[in-house]
Amino acid sequence: MSDTPFSDGELARIRAGFPILSRTVRDGKPLVYLDSGATSQRYAGALDAERAFSEQVNAAVHRGAHQLSEEATDAYEGARATAARFVGGAADEVVFTKNATEALNLVAYGFSNTVGGQAKDPRLTVGAGDEILVTEMEHHANLVPWQELARRTGATLRWLGVTDEGRLDLSQLGSTLTERTKVFAFTHVSNVLGTVNPVRRLTEAARAVGALTVLDACQAAPHLALDVTALGVDYAAFSGHKMFGPTGVGVLWGRRDLLAAMPPFITGGSMIETVTMEATTYAAPPQRFEAGSPNSAQAVGLAAAIDYLGELGLDRVAAHEHALTERLLEGLAQRPWVRVVGPTGSTDRVGAVSFVVEGVHAHDVGQVLDDQGVAVRVGHHCAWPLHRRMRATATARVSVAAYTTPGEVDAMLEALDRVPAVFGVAS
Amino acid sequence: MDLYQELILEHSKRPHHAGLREPFAAEVHHVNPTCGDEVTLRLQVEGSGADAVVRDVSYDSLGCSISTASASVLADEVIGRTVAEALTTHHAMRSMLTSKGADPGDEAVIGDGVAFAGVAKYPARVKCALLGWMAFIDALTQAGIDIAPQRTSHG
Repeated sequence: MSDTPFSDGELARIRAGFPILSRTVRDGKPLVYLDSGATSQRYAGALDAERAFSEQVNAAVHRGAHQLSEEATDAYEGARATAARFVGGAADEVVFTKNATEALNLVAYGFSNTVGGQAKDPRLTVGAGDEILVTEMEHHANLVPWQELARRTGATLRWLGVTDEGRLDLSQLGSTLTERTKVFAFTHVSNVLGTVNPVRRLTEAARAVGALTVLDACQAAPHLALDVTALGVDYAAFSGHKMFGPTGVGVLWGRRDLLAAMPPFITGGSMIETVTMEATTYAAPPQRFEAGSPNSAQAVGLAAAIDYLGELGLDRVAAHEHALTERLLEGLAQRPWVRVVGPTGSTDRVGAVSFVVEGVHAHDVGQVLDDQGVAVRVGHHCAWPLHRRMRATATARVSVAAYTTPGEVDAMLEALDRVPAVFGVAS
Repeated sequence: MDLYQELILEHSKRPHHAGLREPFAAEVHHVNPTCGDEVTLRLQVEGSGADAVVRDVSYDSLGCSISTASASVLADEVIGRTVAEALTTHHAMRSMLTSKGADPGDEAVIGDGVAFAGVAKYPARVKCALLGWMAFIDALTQAGIDIAPQRTSHG
C-alpha cells in the first residue's frame, strides 16, 4: 500500500484537516483549489501547534533564565531537528529564514561577502573569471540573487538551457559547467513545467569540476521525499507555506563545513559571540544566520506540517499526485485547443501543469475558471525567462497537492470547456 | 459573467487603431509585471498644453482581452480630442475602475469604456484595464505636455 493513491475515505480525512477546502466562492460554488504551487492550504494541526506555542510557552528563545524561555527554546530547537530529519541532515545545518527567497539570498550573499571581507575561504569567493551557473527554468528567486552576485563581484552568470519539451538540456552541461564554475544553482522541480530535474546527475557533474550546488527545493518539498545526502547537494532551500505550514518561515539546509566558513548575511542580536564597541565576533551556525528574534511560532507550525507529511507518507503523496497528474494530462490531451507547456508525459514530473488555450490569454482562461470556483495561477509564475523560452506570454497553471481529489481535476476540465465559447475560438 | 461584456470581446478581437504608426512624438513601453502583459504605445500630438490635440494613438498590445480592449477604447476615445478632454476621460475611467463597483461610469464621458464597469469588481484585473491608460499618460509626459494643471483641476 506504499505506492497507491489515497482512497476516497482517506482523502475525506485529509481534507478535514484543511477547513478552507470546504468553503464556497463566487456565489456559492464549491472551492476547487488548484493553486497549491503558489501557496498550499494550511494544515489545521500546524495552526494548532502555532497557537499552542503562543498560548502556552511563548517567550524569547535562547535567552532568559526562566522556565518559559527554556520551553520556548526547546520547542524552537525541536522544530529545527524536525526540519533536519525531513531533509536527512543534522540540526546544526538547518537555518530558519523568513522564506526560501531569503534562504537563497543568504547563500548568494555568503559568496559576495567574502570578497575582500572577513572570510577568505576559496570555495566561497567569486570574482572576475569565475562563473555562476543557473538554469533557464529557475523561479526568479533562484535567478535574480545570482544575477546580483555576478554584478557585485564581476563573475559571469551562465545558464543551462531548456528543451522544447521542458526539460534541462543536458547536452549543454559539458560546455556550461566547467572548472570556472564556482556555484551551480538549480531547482529540483520546475514551478511552471512540473519537471523533476535529475539532481544526482547534476550534483555529480558539479562535484567533478569543484562547483558548489544550491538546490531550490520549494516545489519538491511537499511532493517528493528529500534526502540532501543522497542528492549530493551542498545547500537546499524550501518554504513553509508551500508544504501545509505557515507563511513567514523558510529553511536553508547547508553542509556544516560550508556554513561554518560563511560570513553572516543579516547581523544584530542573537548571532554574536562577543561584542565590543569596536568589533564583533560571530556565533557558530546556525545562530550566526538567525539575527534578531526568530519566527519561533512559525517554525513550530512548520514542524507540525512536516510531521503531518510524514504521517501521510511522501511515497503515498507522490503516488496520489502522480495519478492526479495523469488524469489531468490525459484530459488536457483530449482538448486539441490546449497546449501543455512542459512534459506531456507523467514521468519525472509532478502535478504542476501549465498550459495555454490557443488564442485566449491566460488571464482570461483563469477568470472563466474562477467563475466556476476553480482557483488556478495565471501569468508567468515568477519565471519570465522560462516563459519566453517556451514561447508563451503567460500560462494558466494547475497545481495539485495531497488533498486534491480526482473530482477536482474533472471540475477544472469541465470549467475549461467553457473557455472557447466565451472567447469565440475553435474548440 | 458580467466581466466579459460583448463590447469588450469585440474590441479585443478587432482592436481599433491597433499597430504602430508614424509620425509620433513619444513612444512608451509599459508592462504588467505580475502577468507579463505588455503594451507599446505611440502618441502624436499637435500644439501644447491642455489645448494640444491628440492626433494619433497607435499601439502594439500583448495581453489579455481586458488590456487589449482597453487600449482599443482608449484610442477611440482620445484620438482627435484635446489633451484636456483626454485627461477628463482618463480620470473618469480610472475613477470607475478603482471604485470597486460604486461608480458605474458615464457613457457620455467614457463611451465604450462603460463596458469595463464590471472589471472594478475584480481587483486583479483593474491593472489590465489601466495598462494602456497609464502608458498614454506617460506618453503625454514624454511628449512634453504639461498635464499637471489638468490633474489638479479634475481632482
